[in-house]
Amino acid sequence: MSRGAWTPRAIVERSLGLAALVIALLGPAIFSSYFTTTILTSTFIFGIAAASLIFLSAYGGMISLSQTALMGIAGYVVGNLVTKGGAGGETKGLILGWDPTLALVFAIVITTAIGLILGLVASRSFGIYFLMLTLTFGVIANYFFGQVTKLGGFSPIASINLYMPGWIGDIVGHPDKLYYIALGVSLFVYVLIRYLVRTPFGISLQGQRDEPVRLASLGYTVPLHRALAFGFGAFVASLAGVLFVWWEGQISPQNLGLGATIDLLIIAVIGGLGRIEGAWLGAFAFIVINNYVRDIQFPFASEKGVLPWIGGSFNTVIGVVFLLIVLLSPGGLVGIWDRVWDAARRRGGPPHAQSEGAEPAAVASS
Amino acid sequence: MPRAAAAGLVVFATLFVLVIANPPSESGAGSWRTTNSGSAFDDPGAFMANLLDTVTLAGWLFIVASGFSLIFGLMRVVNMAHGVFYLLGGYIAYEVQQRLTAETPGFVPGELVNTWEWLIPMAVAMLCIGALGLVIEQGFLRWNQGQDLRQALITIAIAVIIADQVTAHFPRSGAFQTGGGNLATITWPGWMERRIDLHVAGVEYSLTRLAILALGVTVGVSLWLWLHRTRTGMVIRAGVDDRQMTSVLGINIGRTFAIAFFVGSALAAMGGTVGASQGGVASGQDGLWLLYSLVVVIVGGMGSLVGAAVGSLLVAFVLTFSASYLPSTGDPAGIECCTQYSITFTFVLIALVLAFRPQGLFGKAA
Repeated sequence: MSRGAWTPRAIVERSLGLAALVIALLGPAIFSSYFTTTILTSTFIFGIAAASLIFLSAYGGMISLSQTALMGIAGYVVGNLVTKGGAGGETKGLILGWDPTLALVFAIVITTAIGLILGLVASRSFGIYFLMLTLTFGVIANYFFGQVTKLGGFSPIASINLYMPGWIGDIVGHPDKLYYIALGVSLFVYVLIRYLVRTPFGISLQGQRDEPVRLASLGYTVPLHRALAFGFGAFVASLAGVLFVWWEGQISPQNLGLGATIDLLIIAVIGGLGRIEGAWLGAFAFIVINNYVRDIQFPFASEKGVLPWIGGSFNTVIGVVFLLIVLLSPGGLVGIWDRVWDAARRRGGPPHAQSEGAEPAAVASS
Repeated sequence: MPRAAAAGLVVFATLFVLVIANPPSESGAGSWRTTNSGSAFDDPGAFMANLLDTVTLAGWLFIVASGFSLIFGLMRVVNMAHGVFYLLGGYIAYEVQQRLTAETPGFVPGELVNTWEWLIPMAVAMLCIGALGLVIEQGFLRWNQGQDLRQALITIAIAVIIADQVTAHFPRSGAFQTGGGNLATITWPGWMERRIDLHVAGVEYSLTRLAILALGVTVGVSLWLWLHRTRTGMVIRAGVDDRQMTSVLGINIGRTFAIAFFVGSALAAMGGTVGASQGGVASGQDGLWLLYSLVVVIVGGMGSLVGAAVGSLLVAFVLTFSASYLPSTGDPAGIECCTQYSITFTFVLIALVLAFRPQGLFGKAA
């Protein structure tokens, strides 16, 4: 693994990361306000959510399709707790009017607890079974919030971001605030995950990913490790969920739906399921495509939709892009990057590159 | 301890349905014992009707989920496009029936439809969806054999594309544009649209729902005979147990895979036809039926015909009884409390089964 070694590749990657960070920090000064408040802020938010998915897949060997639902649960907790009723107030949900800071803590705690419970139920399922099971959890959560009118029902709980903690203040008038909060939380999550995977817990988590039977025979409780990792993933997803309702201002069952779940999976797969960095990369690529390609006026537009000849909406484009990535580069964008370096090394490239360790990118072949 | 808790929960739920539940009182006041119909002793007719709803829904679930389970059991492919196959199958059957019967596009009254004009649309839909499944299997899945995650991602991408295209193009003739949806309804043959007296507790029951049960049983028996009494079935069962060994023996397992995928996809279309006749198909149901298929095979066990049947019964039981026997606290509309929480019991069922059998009730250990 030789972490911390200054191989040429590590130097390039670290410089790129640093450059990205500097650009992100200067973001509002460089880019238009649409680009920062819409594209970049949502990139950070969905990057955090995708990071929880990639963390579970890269280090735990678990592809979870519950992360969108967990994000939505956190959003719903905030929405139900903070909004106030009365004249001109919100009518959906519990309308408890709690202190926003308390609601924020509550949302994170409840979502993490739900994550631990789901993790315990799913902890003895592996591979494709785990994927199916977590998808089931996600769809059930979607129908739950759609049906239970007390907690919101089919239509959204709105204007949640009018009730912000006092120490954050107004973000509707100052969207750059949310931009820096999302950036800060992204950095926090990234550093936290990088730290966690080097702790004894993180090492044994990777152990059970590769050799669950051997790890169990060494005396480790494999299901417990998986459940705890899932709980941590839920914690990260809850952060994304809170930021999401602050950014979007409302939450509806659609935000937990099958479409949203698949979107997050697409983000993670575009980025690459093997490395945490891929989360924000994938989110950026997805959101840029989503925002700009959507507006292209295609020639020969069919009367059945925006696409030429065949008709249909933007989802067809996303589906085709996703299909191509899965077929051509299962490792996503990070996988292409890895391949470029492998090719350079095979052509007798930089000799130090030999010390390059295989990152846990082999999930796709499991 | 978990065993005792699980047993206690099941015993309490049984007692609640059989004796504890009360019918709504005249005054409108309710307690936690108040349900819409009261216990089995208060209202045996409603209890019988719920039992019948359970078995007929189970037949419907079995038609769809057995196809999903067949494909998974043989090829380890989680066909995430099963839900859109259901949806598209329903629409194709609708279009065919429109061409056969309708003078003006739109609703066809039952007396204009004879048995053939219901069966032919179903057969056409099954052939079309079977062929579509075959194309997907040959074009995308065959050369990714053994990479089950990648295959699942491929079917997700295809599901996104097909779902979007279905929304863009269907229904082609005379939709019921209520609420801007794309609901399409097939008409049952006229002679079936009546209720028959069963002479048990004075229950009159819909003949069409009994027909669904008969269809489900027919599918189950045919599948059993096919798998256990024919050469193809023998090869399929051998392939489920040991794919490599079967092909080493000189059997063309690839052709068997193709047949199984054709049949499994066609069963989704059969379920879709039933669904379109029983209330209609509309965009969004693909997610619901993917959920049902997943839950049935998670509970029943992957790739087992008996498991799919038992799983269908259990899921149908939980869906029907939780919607009918959760407390309604005396509210005439029955929406104030609890019945809307019925979806959570699907999760409870999954958790209960997986706590004791991670591979499902009839699944073989992975």
